[in-house]
Amino acid sequence: MERIPILKVGRFLLVTIQVDMHDQLALTLQEDLTARIVSTGARGVLIDISALDMVDSFIGRMLSNIAGMASILDAETVVVGMTPSVAITLVELGLSLPGIKTALNVDLGLELLEHSLAARGESSAGSEDA
Amino acid sequence: MGLEELAGVIERNEGEVLGDWLRLQTQSLSSKRIAEAQLKTESHRFLLALRETLRLGTTDLTKDDRTGIKDFLSELSRDRAVQGFTPSETAMFVFSLKQALFKCLNKEMAADPKAVAENTWLATELLDRLGLFTVEIYQKSREGIINRQQQDLLELSTPVIELWHGILALPLIGTLDSARTQVVMQNLLEAIVSRSATLAIIDITGVPTVDTLVAQHLLKTVSAARLMGADCLISGIRPQIAQTIIHLGVDLKDVVTKATLADAFRLALQKRNLAVGKA
Repeated sequence: MERIPILKVGRFLLVTIQVDMHDQLALTLQEDLTARIVSTGARGVLIDISALDMVDSFIGRMLSNIAGMASILDAETVVVGMTPSVAITLVELGLSLPGIKTALNVDLGLELLEHSLAARGESSAGSEDA
Repeated sequence: MGLEELAGVIERNEGEVLGDWLRLQTQSLSSKRIAEAQLKTESHRFLLALRETLRLGTTDLTKDDRTGIKDFLSELSRDRAVQGFTPSETAMFVFSLKQALFKCLNKEMAADPKAVAENTWLATELLDRLGLFTVEIYQKSREGIINRQQQDLLELSTPVIELWHGILALPLIGTLDSARTQVVMQNLLEAIVSRSATLAIIDITGVPTVDTLVAQHLLKTVSAARLMGADCLISGIRPQIAQTIIHLGVDLKDVVTKATLADAFRLALQKRNLAVGKA
């Protein structure tokens, strides 16, 4: 079955969406991702959507859902690499994704996650859970 | 009798008609925007074309324009629109011919009042139609000019400036409508990607009025930038605009606003852990 790969990068998980999302794929991703957050103790999730050139309300809701689930599991979600056309479409659809952090690219996204962990008093060298 | 005869009258009295007509035209022009020689050439060409049209017996110029009289008039009209002639000045080119022409008609057919009346009517009908056509083309050319200028303004008035590495400024000048906001938003978002900026300052010092629609457009732009991972600050809010925004009940609480671009820039530098100091 088609699956979206989830990569572990340090204390964070990286999801790159490169194919058209449909219901089943999104559900599988949610399942896999929550399982991985628990099994790896990841503190953050990066969702890279730079390859997406079309979005609809479904994808917007899926991103919100993933962010909500991750935050319950104490992991922060950052959506990175959104293209201008996608951003405009989401705003026009009225989905401004409140509560989701965003960054221009994966680099800046990782930096953002490190920062917010540091702000919460968790050292960035924290490999005690490794 | 009829069009043919009218053509004959023009041919026989060409010199006189042309002279009278030119004098009338010079009088009706408020300022000397056009050289006399050019006016003379144009008038002569028009008179020739008019004679040809009459000779061919054409009355409906919308269908039949063998003599090119309409093309000639369109060109003239367009030129004058570009040169800044008023509509009446442009129309007078055709209408002032009437007086000169009627004078000749009266003289030639002094013995036959009925023929004078008939020919006068024919000439009036044709010249009126041509005059209206001139005005129409004039109007169209002006609209074309306005459209082009609007397009130019649209392109000129939305520059995205890089104030510092990763800090962009977007000074907005003029009224924001939906079409312009679209361009502004697109420009800003593309600049955010190409310069990998994390902060954008939208300066609205040059926006004359802010109503709910403009505020909504601004909020949309801010949301879109945020979705891409860039923070937006809005600066240059004048006192009256601050009052309007509150009176309208627009909620700008989620957006960081500053009174001046300088304040916004200082905050932007602070956010990037930079500071400006004395050398």
